[in-house]
Amino acid sequence: MAATKTSKEQRYDRQLRLWGDHGQEALENAHVCLINATATGTETLKNLVLPGIGAFTIVDGHTVSGEDVGNNFFLSSSSIGKNRAQAATELLQELNSDVSGNFVEENPDKLLDNDPEFFHRFTLVIGVQLPESTCLRLGSVLWSASVPFLVCKTYGLIGYMRLVVKEHTVIESHPDNALEDLRLDQPFAELKSHIQSYDLESMEKKDHSHTPWIIIVAKYLEKWLSEHNSQPPKNYKEKEAFRQLIRQGILKNDNDVPEDEENFEEAVKNVNTALNPTKIPTAVEDLINSEQCSNITSQSASFWVMLRAIKEFIQSEGNGSLPVRGTIPDMIADSQKFINLQNVYREKAMQDAAAVSKHVECILQSVGKVSCKNASFLRVVCCRSLAEEYSVDSVNKDEITSYMDSPDSEMVLYLMLRAVDRFYQQHSRYPGVYNYQVEEDISKLKLCVNSLLQEYSLNVNIKDDYIHEFCRYGAAEPHTVAAFLGGSAAQEVIKIISHQFVPFNNTFIYNAMSQTSATFQL
Amino acid sequence: MADAVEPEKKRRRIEDLTEKMAVDGGHRDGACDWDGRWNHVKKFLERPGPFTHPDFEPSTESLQFLLETCKILVIGAGGLGCELLKNLALSGFRLIHVVDMDTIDLSNLNRQFLFRPKDVGRPKAEVAADFINSRIPGCKVVPHFNKIQDFDESFYRQFHIIVCGLDSIIARRWMNGMLISLLSYEDGVLDPSSIIPLIDGGTEGFKGNARVILPGMTACIDCTLELYPPQINFPMCTIASMPRLPEHCIEYSRLLLWPKEKPFGETALDGDNPEHIQWVFERAQERAAEFNITGVTYRLTQGVVKRIIPAVASTNAVIAAACATEVFKIASSAYIPLNNYLVFNDVDGLYTYTFEAERKDNCSACSQVPQDLQFPPSAKLQEVLEYLTENSSLQMKSPAITTTLEGKNKTLYLQSVKSIEERTRPNLCKTLKELGLSDGQELAVADVTTPQTVLFKLNFTT
Repeated sequence: MAATKTSKEQRYDRQLRLWGDHGQEALENAHVCLINATATGTETLKNLVLPGIGAFTIVDGHTVSGEDVGNNFFLSSSSIGKNRAQAATELLQELNSDVSGNFVEENPDKLLDNDPEFFHRFTLVIGVQLPESTCLRLGSVLWSASVPFLVCKTYGLIGYMRLVVKEHTVIESHPDNALEDLRLDQPFAELKSHIQSYDLESMEKKDHSHTPWIIIVAKYLEKWLSEHNSQPPKNYKEKEAFRQLIRQGILKNDNDVPEDEENFEEAVKNVNTALNPTKIPTAVEDLINSEQCSNITSQSASFWVMLRAIKEFIQSEGNGSLPVRGTIPDMIADSQKFINLQNVYREKAMQDAAAVSKHVECILQSVGKVSCKNASFLRVVCCRSLAEEYSVDSVNKDEITSYMDSPDSEMVLYLMLRAVDRFYQQHSRYPGVYNYQVEEDISKLKLCVNSLLQEYSLNVNIKDDYIHEFCRYGAAEPHTVAAFLGGSAAQEVIKIISHQFVPFNNTFIYNAMSQTSATFQL
Repeated sequence: MADAVEPEKKRRRIEDLTEKMAVDGGHRDGACDWDGRWNHVKKFLERPGPFTHPDFEPSTESLQFLLETCKILVIGAGGLGCELLKNLALSGFRLIHVVDMDTIDLSNLNRQFLFRPKDVGRPKAEVAADFINSRIPGCKVVPHFNKIQDFDESFYRQFHIIVCGLDSIIARRWMNGMLISLLSYEDGVLDPSSIIPLIDGGTEGFKGNARVILPGMTACIDCTLELYPPQINFPMCTIASMPRLPEHCIEYSRLLLWPKEKPFGETALDGDNPEHIQWVFERAQERAAEFNITGVTYRLTQGVVKRIIPAVASTNAVIAAACATEVFKIASSAYIPLNNYLVFNDVDGLYTYTFEAERKDNCSACSQVPQDLQFPPSAKLQEVLEYLTENSSLQMKSPAITTTLEGKNKTLYLQSVKSIEERTRPNLCKTLKELGLSDGQELAVADVTTPQTVLFKLNFTT
């Protein structure tokens, strides 16, 4: 079986180690739509085609220009004058024969006019270099249809992404530095009796030196609690005293010199994390107390059913806590002691998972394949709609003005992009595209900036330098900036499709001049 | 932008003709160029702006410099290398060399987009160069199917900028050392024309970094060696007698069973040979069963044996893009380059952090200061050897130590040549005093991590 790994498994091996077979399956069942095959668009698609997305459809009514070919790896000079969607599809398709590539030679505005439901079939839509009006129209259609929408724009040396998704559930967030779930502050029955089975005082050196630190901390904690009125060590002084207590437990040789017991060193080192009280993470608390969790219907996604079941578990078998995670970190110990301890946690986790399953069954007849192992890592990301971001009534003034306290914050770049969109609406072109326009467009763009700030009552100051710089850009789309955005965007798309790892919420700005970035919630 | 309204289109045609000098300004190498090809690039070369580098002067000649004169060396034609070549070619660079010692493997294809299934087994540098040259007319990528150590100063000196997309710290340090060796000083003052900027990128899963190194001026690779923690190897006693994790069982099979049982004769274990991995996997499963350990899979076995690092197209795209932007900035003086380190992570949202890595005053690679070695005369040479390999700022792999005694060059210890290793091995047990070394003695140490020997000064302690 293993020696004859399919060529797909070999090809995708390096990414399967990140999102697993189930993540890959989700990717292969997805069909994304790209609007506008500019460099930013084709770079994003490249990073989806290579890992094996199921299908893509490019919607683009433009014909390929000489300028287009100059910054785009997926357009050749022989395609100048041809439809851009078709030309790009050919060269992107060529990257991976597992992927199905399609194109529609049409302007998105036309599709919105004649057949808005065209977009309902997609797992996600990526809109690149869209004028504001098209973007807002599309945003509204996709919001009603609950189709996630990723807006991308490369403008000179600035990259911009906006994620628009009503409610995105993250089942596996894979946090980088998660705390362990050891339950030492409230050991469950099986853990208690396992700890009891050890008698450190009567152990021979070999066993003593190979006892897992979790047992050591647990034992000395019992001692401490009996001497301190059942109060665990709380402040630095008490924790230091607790560490000393453990150190005193290190065996001494005939000359009264402490032996080399690495497991005791580990115990001392891990006192801080071991004493972390067992607590439900705030993010999960919020989810449990949310409306979606309280009102489960036959339409509820399995994510919410799982959460409801976990809530009921917490209120009954869990005695106020989440199901036990069941993993422990590696530590100095002999094999048997370690495996036995690991099994205590594992079996409890399985028991808890079975209890949660029973709750799930009671809540609904059918259910999805969601494991509660990652209960503490469940996340939900809700982005505001574009309508809310752009409306004078609901614009996030506070976020904008507070960031603009630093006038060179990436927020100024967001405002400039909005101003440039306004310029386009008024003049049907972007500022500074031709050399002769750069100077005279500065004052025109400044008018757009001022009208923008006025319309939204934003009492902020935008330096003239930025207005000049954005005229200088002349709506250029340099390849390296498009490529940076293409990599960033593709990974966010993969997060949405796989429900693994946490997407950004909701506006990302990249500044290639300073190589800095920022995320805003607008 | 192309979706302009009719009158604008007409005006644009006229502008195009009159603007030939300003927008499409007279390049001689127009044979493979077409109208508007470099429009996106030119705006940054031919227009003044408020944020440009103080030295920047807008000119139509900058583009010519990129197209005809500027020589870039790309090290690595893998995940980062493929992206770098594309990025540079589409930014106007045509004189590009690429070095890579590897051949193409099926598992590369999820991100190394210049390669196809039919290319498996062929040299990466050559296939990459062919693809770029045919897709980007006018681009002349020259491939080198070599190790970086195959070339000397005369090769590296010809480039304006060097950009690395390597997967090995040793190789990075070697490259770093090579560029430092090219620096020339006059009366203790660094000659700026001898500096070749080094842009270095690295990725691992969803994390990556990009840095700009100006050898002799800014922090070099060795200045920040602590940023690369030494690789974790499991303790032998755990592997041999106290396994707890499936990884321990796999290492047992690889390190202890394979040399003992020699299942394929004298052949060394080859991580790319599925039969070898299958053997290691099955033995690891048996070992795991003995200790009731679960989790040994074929995928895990391969990962442990080959020290596989997970990789995706997206992270490589981001980091290579950042690196190429810096190459462009430096080559064109258009903007102040990154100063000097960018960290990227998109596990949770997108996170970047930019900071200035500081030079180390006594850096073993770039400080030109002989390194201090403090040992009592009674210390054995073995202790010095251990220090050189284990110290986090040095992290040497197999240092060869030589010195001058009584006017003659003497090798104290050298590992890489069997006969010399055997001859000098007894020195390891001798004390520094016994070896005839004195206080202030200079030791020259050679190692794979650097093309030049590192000078150490022995300071006797009491």
